[in-house]
Amino acid sequence: MAHMTPTPVLEPAQDRTMILNMGPQHPSTHGVLRVILEIDGETIVRLMPDIGYLHTGIEKTCEAKFYQQVVPLTDRIDYLCPMTNNLCYVLAVEKLLGLEIPPKAQWLRVLLNELTRINSHLVWLGTHALDIGAMTVFLYCFREREEILKIFEMVSGQRMMTSYFRVGGIALEPPLGFFDRVRDFAGYFPEKVDEYENLLTGNPIWMMRTKGVARMTAEDAVALGATGPTLRGSGVDIDLRRDMPYSSYEKFQFKVPISQEGDVFARYMCRVQELRESIGIVRQALDGMPEGPIKADAPGIVLPDREKMKTQMESLIYHFKIITEGFAVPAGEVYQAVESPRGEMGYYIVSDGTAKPYRVHMRSACFANLQTLAKMCEGKLLADVVAAIGSIDIVLGEIDR
Amino acid sequence: MPLASAITDLEQLKGHPAVARLVGWNPSAVEGAKFDREEMTIYVERGSIREACAVLREDSACPFDFLSDVTCVDWYPREPRFEVVYHLLSIPKKERVRLKVRLNSSNPVVESLTSLWPGANFFEREVFDLFGVRFSGHPYLRRIMMPEDWEGHPLRKDYPVEGYR
Repeated sequence: MAHMTPTPVLEPAQDRTMILNMGPQHPSTHGVLRVILEIDGETIVRLMPDIGYLHTGIEKTCEAKFYQQVVPLTDRIDYLCPMTNNLCYVLAVEKLLGLEIPPKAQWLRVLLNELTRINSHLVWLGTHALDIGAMTVFLYCFREREEILKIFEMVSGQRMMTSYFRVGGIALEPPLGFFDRVRDFAGYFPEKVDEYENLLTGNPIWMMRTKGVARMTAEDAVALGATGPTLRGSGVDIDLRRDMPYSSYEKFQFKVPISQEGDVFARYMCRVQELRESIGIVRQALDGMPEGPIKADAPGIVLPDREKMKTQMESLIYHFKIITEGFAVPAGEVYQAVESPRGEMGYYIVSDGTAKPYRVHMRSACFANLQTLAKMCEGKLLADVVAAIGSIDIVLGEIDR
Repeated sequence: MPLASAITDLEQLKGHPAVARLVGWNPSAVEGAKFDREEMTIYVERGSIREACAVLREDSACPFDFLSDVTCVDWYPREPRFEVVYHLLSIPKKERVRLKVRLNSSNPVVESLTSLWPGANFFEREVFDLFGVRFSGHPYLRRIMMPEDWEGHPLRKDYPVEGYR
């Protein structure tokens, strides 16, 4: 098949238009995304995203690993929300196994997931503002993000690739001083959100670059498979945390921010308000944190405690077996979706009854959201493409997998 | 919490809105159904997947108006070899349903859903690229992850995972 064109080429449809290539190496594409544009003067006639530059075959790799060994791979598909991916994967495997997770582990998972959401939204806000030309916000956002990364390092030993969740619970009891540090952060963070909003929300330049730009109707957003703030910015009221709760989310009170306008500003407002809601959930999780174990009582699946392993023969045998042979999962299939910072993150896992998954498919939110870009930009001005890409909040690692 | 065994009897499953709707529309289009781990799977006859989705989407009681995901599973060397898997979501009713189409390895073609949901575009291109399943009526069926001149379909089970190319 060597005669085939090596990369997709768009041919100009009319004499007056020209083809412009944006990326794959472009600072505003948030990764290696190539966008091919057909333009008529300053107006976009057609737009086609070209992806796949970061494809590493993670879904194929998963088929060769034990169930537990897949967890570190899930971190790496989306480096901005590792905990969300960990959670979605372990929930899917636990559903396959029929495991009951103790309340404390569930609440810790919620707490860490909301910190992850804040982390991800901060990176989005900083880089989105940077794309549009507001440099200061970037530095402010990364200041607070640093504190979240330190909290992650404290609890898991890693700043970004945390791999902290386990099938059946979480890896370790959080260290001493962890809750105080999170409480401290939850105390001062709302003021910081005011700071970002002071810089952007009422700023005339920001409003001119975002209001009425890259509009999308609710019908288009649903038809194109958009989820998360990209969908809620167009006025569709769905949030999986509230509507199809998982990991005890039904026990938390929070609002789901919606905007009706469907433009870049609407999506911005949705995410900024989500920052405030998330910190509220973190506070509730701190205040109501239940006592008890952090791992399910399932000896053949969950690794035994270190102490037990040193004193009890049984635990040592289980430990050895889980590490060397993994654990068998009853045959079947599940689809588990969670609300990631970018939308519906779903894992579809098929088990054939062995210790390795037969098929793992990741339904990536950005992959579907990226399809809305053409709808947002066609017929609009070239300069707004950068604002539109930023407002979808894409992570190319998750799109290409 | 022990797992309940899967229910595969179509008569018992008619309480589910999607099963009831599809059986009421065209009983020969439904090849079977399975309720396992709180999830509903419906096997749809290969030629009627697009119409079945259109019926579910337009259902007034429980409209499955959102296409969450399209993917595929390769059961090599078993025949029918491919299972194309669709996950639909009802935004008003917060219900999910999984539709499956079985395809033989000799001619793995199924109708595209892009006319119903333009968002199926990327998902179907991905399945085409990684499994070699073709979607008739797709506007732009080309590789999406792998380079255009790549040979083979990496997520097939008979694709070599080691050695040199």
